[in-house]
Amino acid sequence: MIIEINNLHKKFGKNQVLKGVDLTIEEGLIYAVLGPNGSGKTTLIKSILGMVIPNKGQISVLGEPIKKGWKYRKKIDYLPQIANFPPNIRVKELIHMIKDLRNSPAAEEELITVFGLEPFLNKKLSTLSGGTKQKVNIVLTFMFDSPLIILDEPTTGLDPKALIRLKELIQKERERGKTILITSHIMQFVEEMANEIVYLLEGEIYFKGSIAQLLEQTEQTDFEHAIAAITTYSHA
Amino acid sequence: MLKILKYSFYDLIRSRWSYVYFLFYLTLGFVLLFLNNDVSKAVITLMNVIIVLIPLIGTIFGVMYYYNSREFTELLLAQPIKRSSIFLGQYFGVAGSLTLSLVLGLGIPFVLYGLFRSNAIFDFTLLLVTGAFLTFIFVGLSFVIAISNENKIKGFGYAVLLWLFLAVVYDGLFLMSLIVFEEYPLDTFSLVATALNPIDLSRILILLKLDISALLGYTGAIFKKFFGTDIGFVVSMAILVLWTVLPTLGLLYKAKRKDF
Repeated sequence: MIIEINNLHKKFGKNQVLKGVDLTIEEGLIYAVLGPNGSGKTTLIKSILGMVIPNKGQISVLGEPIKKGWKYRKKIDYLPQIANFPPNIRVKELIHMIKDLRNSPAAEEELITVFGLEPFLNKKLSTLSGGTKQKVNIVLTFMFDSPLIILDEPTTGLDPKALIRLKELIQKERERGKTILITSHIMQFVEEMANEIVYLLEGEIYFKGSIAQLLEQTEQTDFEHAIAAITTYSHA
Repeated sequence: MLKILKYSFYDLIRSRWSYVYFLFYLTLGFVLLFLNNDVSKAVITLMNVIIVLIPLIGTIFGVMYYYNSREFTELLLAQPIKRSSIFLGQYFGVAGSLTLSLVLGLGIPFVLYGLFRSNAIFDFTLLLVTGAFLTFIFVGLSFVIAISNENKIKGFGYAVLLWLFLAVVYDGLFLMSLIVFEEYPLDTFSLVATALNPIDLSRILILLKLDISALLGYTGAIFKKFFGTDIGFVVSMAILVLWTVLPTLGLLYKAKRKDF
């Protein structure tokens, strides 16, 4: 398994966000982490990345406990939810800088062509539109070759063409044996991409399984309704 | 850490505000030299300006930079980089670029005016050194305040209050306590109280080096007796170093425990 989470608890002030999450992520699958707003999706992802420090519980990535470590992040490509970059810097420089900071080989040129970013390479990031920034964000994430990819709302702001490219990209990475974790509110996107669904509700894992299992359990015929109906059925 | 420092530094060096800050000092330096026509006198006037201004600029720049680069910090946090390196790098980047603006902005006019031929070179160097210390101290303090406050307005408010306290209110309280307790021997008290505030300490250090402490009367004599000696100078520098190190440690402590 690539990620193992045991009894993860996290509190922000009085707000208990994660209440004992146990989760195992197996290699080579696409996982969709779903749940209503405020259910703890981003907190869970940020705990894996070490950006949020859990109150209780253990997380292991690739067999190593992550507590106090930072080198394991070399094995993770992460796409943050909101792409905000330093305004004074050009796209080319940002790509160069992340490459420099990570010190790993990167294949950014192909991705730049795929998303048509060539005209923007010499533009400052503050002048880019939201969608273009998200494309830059995607390039920054996918240009490295790490076994684990975490995408937080990757579809935000993308036009249909870029969305198709993104889907192709995710599928390609999966075929190469990578493990991918996605959060999204676009059910159509999730249905198309995900092998496994992890449904979080009020800080606990409410459902974990394939889409077929979900449809069966909720007695629904389409995915979107199954997700909406999920809370009316008993625990998985 | 060096890579983060490099990028923060470049980012700031290219921002408009660094130029404004640099040009301000450049103009200030030239104008003062032109008006005073004397390096030593210009150093005194400069001291009065920068002893208050450097902490203010350091505070505001520090808070602004921290809040403005929040999202970028998050991007860095997801990279295989140690947390402490990220924050130390940014801190040194901000403080370093401000110090560079100060040193170049004031250095250029003074050197052109003939600093190396005048005997005020040590005074001037001391001015720049204390200026650099004040920059590091106040950028450090403002980083600690900013990292402890999610709310920008609150963080900004606390940082400005801290500056106001150390630059203005502290002196007021100090003076009042001197008047209230005038019947007691206050030599040690005033020495300690001065040493505890980095702004006051810097001011006294420069004044005493400029040999105008006679103007300060009896108190000046006491101060001269302590700060004027080599030991006093070393102690003062040690206190300034301590003032720089403590916020840095605070920043590291906070950074280790914070959620992003």
